[in-house]
Amino acid sequence: MVTNSLSFTSSVLSKLPATFSSVTIVDDHLIFLTSKTNFPTALQFFKKHINAQYELLIDITAVDYLEPSHSRFEVVYQFLSLRFNHRITLKFFAKSLAMIPSSTFLYKSAGWLEREVWDLFGIFFLEHPDLRRILTDYGFQGFPLRKDFPLSGYTELRYDEEGKSIVYESLELAQEFRYYEFINPWMPIF
Amino acid sequence: MQLRQKKIKKTHTFSINFGPQHPAAHGVLRLILDLDGEIIERADPHIGLLHRGTEKLIEYKNFIQALPYFDRLDYVSMMVQEHAYSLAVEQLLAIKIPERASYIRVLFSEITRILNHLLAVTTHALDVGALTPFLWAFEEREKLMEFYERVSGARMHASYIKPGGVSQDIPFGLLEDIYSFISQFGSRINEIEEMLTNNRIWKQRLVDVGIVTAKQALNWGFSGVMLRGSGVCWDLRKSQPYEVYKNINFCIPIGKNGDCYDRYLIRVEEMRQSLTIIEQCLNFMPQGPIKIDDKKIVPPSRESMKFSMESLIHHFKLYSEGFSVLRGEIYTAVEAPKGEFAIYLVSDGTNKPYRCRIHAPGFLHLQALNFMAKGHMIADVVTIIGTQDIVFGEIDR
Repeated sequence: MVTNSLSFTSSVLSKLPATFSSVTIVDDHLIFLTSKTNFPTALQFFKKHINAQYELLIDITAVDYLEPSHSRFEVVYQFLSLRFNHRITLKFFAKSLAMIPSSTFLYKSAGWLEREVWDLFGIFFLEHPDLRRILTDYGFQGFPLRKDFPLSGYTELRYDEEGKSIVYESLELAQEFRYYEFINPWMPIF
Repeated sequence: MQLRQKKIKKTHTFSINFGPQHPAAHGVLRLILDLDGEIIERADPHIGLLHRGTEKLIEYKNFIQALPYFDRLDYVSMMVQEHAYSLAVEQLLAIKIPERASYIRVLFSEITRILNHLLAVTTHALDVGALTPFLWAFEEREKLMEFYERVSGARMHASYIKPGGVSQDIPFGLLEDIYSFISQFGSRINEIEEMLTNNRIWKQRLVDVGIVTAKQALNWGFSGVMLRGSGVCWDLRKSQPYEVYKNINFCIPIGKNGDCYDRYLIRVEEMRQSLTIIEQCLNFMPQGPIKIDDKKIVPPSRESMKFSMESLIHHFKLYSEGFSVLRGEIYTAVEAPKGEFAIYLVSDGTNKPYRCRIHAPGFLHLQALNFMAKGHMIADVVTIIGTQDIVFGEIDR
């Protein structure tokens, strides 16, 4: 299987030169790192090419690396090819205010996945048919899965008995949020 | 006159709000339905009412503390999700678990599958109007949850399948009782099937409702029963076997028409297949350890803690600091009862996950509700929600 992955990788790299900046092979799983501008080409290739046929877009997510602005997020796409029983990961780095081309024109499943990434990370997808927030509350502000968003959030909600309604208040913690690393200071980090 | 007619035509649909407290909404689904008479023009699911920020919380927990969150995602197929997470952590740790642990995991994954499908099929029937199978199935579910309790101490949120194996060995006599359960359970399925499969009302409500072709199913990112119902032969237990599934002989039922009725038949058949898998697990179950022998990853036994200082230190360090895994990323998927449940774990080499993405199959299925329900009658929405086997714990995360 690993030899298959190798030959597939080399054929991809010969057909799409200068599209990927790195390829990692983990067992049988291929991880392609591309750039935002080359991403649509790679997407078309992986969906349509006869030797690829990744017709299932399983997952879109992002990782916040809190890097300085030039490439803060890594946007990660998981594909599955039923024809070849093979998985690949396609990813690229994006700035915090980047606009990313939507993949809904090729994959219907991208619709909600991109909405979720927008909701939780604040990464904007261009030409998405319906880019509303999805998981957070109506009228929520902020992007919770960013690393600079506190675990407790900024607001709390309670039912007001007098007003007979739900009220939002800014969060008041009785004590400061305590976060224990517990990491062993003399252990090497792999 | 013409102008007036135009105006009337423009507003010929009206919107109603379905849920979030509707019993057929399977939890906290809020649907905005645009109706043309009784026909659905557009269904807009509003989700997130059960959003607990699991992924964010996991970033602040070490690898052991993160495990119990997975029971609480899809709260009717608990152990399968622990399994996905444990597999991901084990791959990052580059360890291999003992064979007995592997068989125990498969055994309980299949018990979980029956647990889930019993709920899925019979609450679906309940929504459509058949109450009785629901009562029968919950009696059987009670027995299965008793197996959970005997092995882990908890009826639902077991946190039993842990990185490095399972938390404790199977108690004496449990395998015999599981055997006597599976030897009678086939006839319980028969009873449910007698009630439903050829029932005229059941078929009227399910046949030709919510048809999905294979191509559509792939494009919408379906997995599990929703994909197999459309005639795509795809099951991760067969195609990308994990644990000991490659030693086990079983069949994958697939559908033909891609409608709700086919998916019902598949779920029933999958329960029967699960029975054969459980039986094979019971027969093949080897003796031996149930977790790896590495005290930096699995806790020492309670007994040895009382006598050995080293065990005590290990125990303390494991439950405060935890363990560190290799830097890297991993995408691990298992065949959960609802479809492909996957964990995308990014580690920066410390004792906490840097990012833990939980891919829930139901999320993508619910996304297609609009497309599946369009053009159907309003009562069919309930059928389609039922056939998608929606559980909000995993969709909202």
